Amino acid sequence: MASSHGAPPVFKNKVVAWIDYRLPIFSYIEKEYHTFPTPRNFNYFWNFGAIATVMLVLMIATGVVLATNYTPHADMAFNSVERIMRDVPQGWLIRYLHMNGASFFFIAVYVHIFRGMYYGSYKAPRELLWILGVVILLLMMATAFMGYVLPWGQMSFWGATVITNLFSAIPVVGDAVVTWLWGGFAIDNPTLNRFYALHYLLPFVIVAVVALHVVALHVHGSNNPLGIDPKGPQDTVPFHPYYTMKDGFGVMCFLIVYAAFVFFMPNAMGDVANYIPANPLVTPNEITPEWYFLPFYAILRAIPDKLGGVLCMFGAIAVLFVLPWLDTSRVRSCMFRPVYKWFMFVLVADVLVLGFCGAHPPEGWYVPISRICTFYYFFHFLILLPVLGKIERPLPLPPSIADAVLSKKVG
Amino acid sequence: MRSSFLKSAITGTIAVAALGCGALAVAAETEVKLPEVHWGFKGPFGTYDRGAAQRGYQIYKEVCSACHSLNLLSYRNLVDLGLTENQVKGLIADIQVPDLADDGSAIDRPARLSDHFKKPFANELAAAAANGGKAPPDLSVIIKAREDGPNYVHAVMNGYVPFDKLTPEQIKESGVTKDDNYNTYFPGHRIAMPAPLADDKVQYADGTKATLEQESRDVVEFLAWASEPHLEDRNRTGVRVILFLLAMAGLMYAVKRSVWADKH
Repeated sequence: MASSHGAPPVFKNKVVAWIDYRLPIFSYIEKEYHTFPTPRNFNYFWNFGAIATVMLVLMIATGVVLATNYTPHADMAFNSVERIMRDVPQGWLIRYLHMNGASFFFIAVYVHIFRGMYYGSYKAPRELLWILGVVILLLMMATAFMGYVLPWGQMSFWGATVITNLFSAIPVVGDAVVTWLWGGFAIDNPTLNRFYALHYLLPFVIVAVVALHVVALHVHGSNNPLGIDPKGPQDTVPFHPYYTMKDGFGVMCFLIVYAAFVFFMPNAMGDVANYIPANPLVTPNEITPEWYFLPFYAILRAIPDKLGGVLCMFGAIAVLFVLPWLDTSRVRSCMFRPVYKWFMFVLVADVLVLGFCGAHPPEGWYVPISRICTFYYFFHFLILLPVLGKIERPLPLPPSIADAVLSKKVG
Repeated sequence: MRSSFLKSAITGTIAVAALGCGALAVAAETEVKLPEVHWGFKGPFGTYDRGAAQRGYQIYKEVCSACHSLNLLSYRNLVDLGLTENQVKGLIADIQVPDLADDGSAIDRPARLSDHFKKPFANELAAAAANGGKAPPDLSVIIKAREDGPNYVHAVMNGYVPFDKLTPEQIKESGVTKDDNYNTYFPGHRIAMPAPLADDKVQYADGTKATLEQESRDVVEFLAWASEPHLEDRNRTGVRVILFLLAMAGLMYAVKRSVWADKH
């Protein structure tokens, strides 16, 4: 982590200087979070990386406390969660923070992903940065799914049944894989125990990948709304205090909405059926996953073939891995892509409608609409994106970030 | 200018998606509408009506507890309903709970504050056997376990229609016979539980007139508290937390403005 440019900082505090000479953590913080040159023209979409980081830390902190009070046993898990809410001091707060925190973590990450797509942050030289982000998304999905199983309510149990059964679609070895995942011939205590172990493990894997994500980010620095590279000091500001303060404001605004849910409507985003203890003999009328999985659930059910549905569902995420190479445009930001910009909004609407279809049983109008939206989702990435990049005529790019910022101020 | 364009584009996208979803939702609407009751525990400043919840406990004890357990509650929790420890001890004085004697033999002993609510049946099999094959659900979190819980439970308490008052269509649609119970608000209408409440089903100690409507409201108040005993604490904390965050956000905004003053 030796500083490659500029003079290393001098620390007045002798203890800090002593440590830093041997382990340069203070130089590192100084370089990467204080003087780090950051484009001066971020909008509020750039808050969501910091917000997602705050949510990750909050989820781990509340999760560790919950884990000390939770009993991972099929006969006791449901009641132990309720015991946490009733008899652990402030247990209701910790549990509702964690439960709603999952939703708000996904909100932050989905906005963060939209930001990356709209402003072309995934393009060279940030392809690996983007791919690490998609890895984080996949890990988050696995973690959230397994966490939802832990209260052992009806939706926990039947959600786990639906998702683990997807693997039975794998030809030849499918059933063996499902038995292996369950740790037995049905979803039962061994399943709950392994999900608990993995639910505790994966967040720390996420932390590690986030660290790589940040390292990759700090090689070439952040993208910005204009999508052009900073050309000199006039285009950037030091990360601190400019963006620490702006992120601080953004985080506070986000936390206000989060707190409103935690304190005043903690169960609004959950399914009521998860307050019924798991019962393998009674299938709920509708099995729906948490809202953040609904678009992918809709894709799964839109395809009339089981294996095809599973492949499309995973493909919907897999396609993001190759996004940097599907996009052939030489311009990053949608601000200068007059045609693609509109297709970006159509994609967002498409995903929202898919989410809505995912919340309802696959019958009537939901079936054709899910199919059209699924088709459009893949059409966007596999056809539109490569073709449009070739034929679209981008708007002229401003000469520099400072130029654009200052002309806006005058005009 | 660009950012205002972005804002309108985002709003437009959400509006289009919402319109599409709304049209689908209207097509799918078939549920029976529940009568709306004004509950004092709803909203960010909601509190439980202690008197109503105490009457609700009386109904639970005298009516519901014959079949429905309340496993997640202990007698000590009743103190939260505005009763003193001695009053609660008085309330549970006649309750005998199963236990083991020092020599390991099964005995019944008077209930203590630390005991969980007594179960009406020894186990789930016994509960199912005594109730036509299916155990009556535990009521501890019933208000959270049903869509629009308070209104739903209230509606079911009031939703019974005697067999001779049913239209032929209702009978055909639900498949009820003379020996079944028909409930307007229960999914499928055929419900195993006979109408549990009626006018003057209980004699209230505080002199409140025990109408069916009053009883069902009181029992919902009690069960809502049982589902979410920390609701008042949660609301109070929430108001403080939000006020703190608003002040903090304002402060951060002011700091951010002054830091950026020379850059824009």
